[in-house]
Amino acid sequence: MDTLQLLISGIANGCIYGLIALGFVLIYKASESVNFAQGDMMILGAFLAIALINTNQADLPFLLGLAIAGLSLGIFAYLLDSLLLRRVFGQPQLTMVILTIALGFVLRFVIGAIWGHDPVGLESPVAGQRLSLGALSVPVIDAVIIGTTVFLVAVLWLFFARTRLGLAMQASSQNQVAAYYMGIPVKRVVSLVWAMSGVMAAIAGVLFAAKGAVEPAAGLVFGIKAFAAAVIGGLGSLPGALAGGLLIGIMEPFAGRHLPSHLAQVFPYALMLLVLIIRPSGLFAQVRQKKV
Amino acid sequence: MKPRFRTSYDADIDRFQGRWHRAQYLLLIAVAVAAPWMLGAYYVGELSSVLVWSLAGLGLMLLVGHTGQVSLGHAAFMAIGAFTHLALMLRGWPFLPALIAATLASGISGALLALPILRLSGIYLAIATLALGILVEDLAIIAEPITGGVRGLVAPPIDMFGFTIDRYGTPIAFYYLCLSVVVLVTLAYANLLRSPTGRAFMAVRDSEISARALGVNITRTKTLAFALSCAITGLAGALYAHLAQAVNFESFLVIISIALLLQVIVGGLGSIHGAFFGAVVIVLLPQGIAIGRDLLADVGIRVAAYPGLDMAVFAVIIIVLMILEPRGLYGVWIRVRTWLELFPLYRKGMFKRARSYLKTERLK
Repeated sequence: MDTLQLLISGIANGCIYGLIALGFVLIYKASESVNFAQGDMMILGAFLAIALINTNQADLPFLLGLAIAGLSLGIFAYLLDSLLLRRVFGQPQLTMVILTIALGFVLRFVIGAIWGHDPVGLESPVAGQRLSLGALSVPVIDAVIIGTTVFLVAVLWLFFARTRLGLAMQASSQNQVAAYYMGIPVKRVVSLVWAMSGVMAAIAGVLFAAKGAVEPAAGLVFGIKAFAAAVIGGLGSLPGALAGGLLIGIMEPFAGRHLPSHLAQVFPYALMLLVLIIRPSGLFAQVRQKKV
Repeated sequence: MKPRFRTSYDADIDRFQGRWHRAQYLLLIAVAVAAPWMLGAYYVGELSSVLVWSLAGLGLMLLVGHTGQVSLGHAAFMAIGAFTHLALMLRGWPFLPALIAATLASGISGALLALPILRLSGIYLAIATLALGILVEDLAIIAEPITGGVRGLVAPPIDMFGFTIDRYGTPIAFYYLCLSVVVLVTLAYANLLRSPTGRAFMAVRDSEISARALGVNITRTKTLAFALSCAITGLAGALYAHLAQAVNFESFLVIISIALLLQVIVGGLGSIHGAFFGAVVIVLLPQGIAIGRDLLADVGIRVAAYPGLDMAVFAVIIIVLMILEPRGLYGVWIRVRTWLELFPLYRKGMFKRARSYLKTERLK
């Protein structure tokens, strides 16, 4: 029973990692680069939601606050790509990596300057409630997290498989030039992908803040961990990202229980290093080595 | 930009282009030697700090700037150098042998780690080294007999040739120690770059395929570059241990690795000058911000002391540089120099970059 309890809490954590990792993969597929500020965008989303929802702040209804936070992060990410990151397009990958790392530093500073450096929790309608199934007692928020993730993944899948915009995104992530010739406005589509990953970051941040507490400094660590998830799954694969997130989320509490604490802390990174060395393109890779 | 007429092979491969060029660098060294008499003890300490970070930057520059391999975990090798050095010194080794042993230790561990890691490239390499940096952070706690665990190690004073060198007791002597190490490493670096090995590094950076076609052994070259880079960074770590007086796992957090990479990028990838420019920015920026805040306070504008402001300002500098001048401060310096040299004849588009295209990783 104890194991089952750990498993469910691990799955809930893994879902959050998975959502962030999905953001990484979306951006990687769209612009062949990595957004190292993803973790900080998630924290920004969480703090926006806290400022909108908590009773000692703006005190809006939960879902309205969530929608505003998600929307503003989406707009922020869209503008970020179309105004700033677009300008380094065509330069080596490292340029984009550096730019987003620097952006993460700026975001972290701005969040800290506005909301302070103490951990804050988000007041959610289900805070503190537990769901009892026989001897098993699960926090409702864990169930909400898992449910939201399943719902989001289903929406994403339908979006990519059925809608015109989703197909345009797939096309421009496979071959930008060909997509452009087919009449797809590739630049706008790439910016929209950024907006999508911004919304995902905000939702993940809200879920994370509702489960525990957030602080500005958490962005870096969380971003790297979610990145590990994306790499384990394979940077080019959406299902892989989710699977990688779940893998890390599930294994973390068990490693924490059965391994000495130092080893448990570095466990996700060691796993990532191992995957990188054995299967550099990830466990669920779609991209094969290009032959010259 | 005077045309230069080379009359011998020695003149052709000379590191300095003519007498005036050589005189400039002699002047720079003279200024560096005379600096302690012009500055207070505090600024001598800051200068030593600039030198140590320049040394670390040189190490990373060799890898990122000249071999084209990204590392986001170089603080790990600073840690290996620092802990090896201090552990040996605390066991009674004299300063110089301990320093050399620390350099070798970080170089060898770099070479061993390079074997699996350097099969990766681009973003994947950056991530793998990032993971490595995080792992070493925790290894520094686990390997308590060597590293002193969470408490860390305290640097003993240096006894060398009958002098006692201490960061706070004799800051000028420590400054000269750093200066001589940095000058020696820089000379070796500059010489390396014009040797076949250095050319091979740059060939690998510019195109692995053409380098291989020209008979460069890619694996050997990359491993050698990684080892040399780690050795220099380890040496910097050992000096840093004396600069900071005490080191523990927190001295080499992964954020330091990231800052080090940002430092060489601000300075300008692919140039020795860049490592120094970057170090000057990263060490003196907090000073500059503090001075700026005092000036504003004098005219009546109070600015609250935000934690992390210097890092944020640094990040903004990076963003602006990346967009306007990706070759960093060295690129800016080159432009200014050319403008001065050509004075009325400088044209606006002279340094316009040729359009480059992303090498795609997508399946064709």
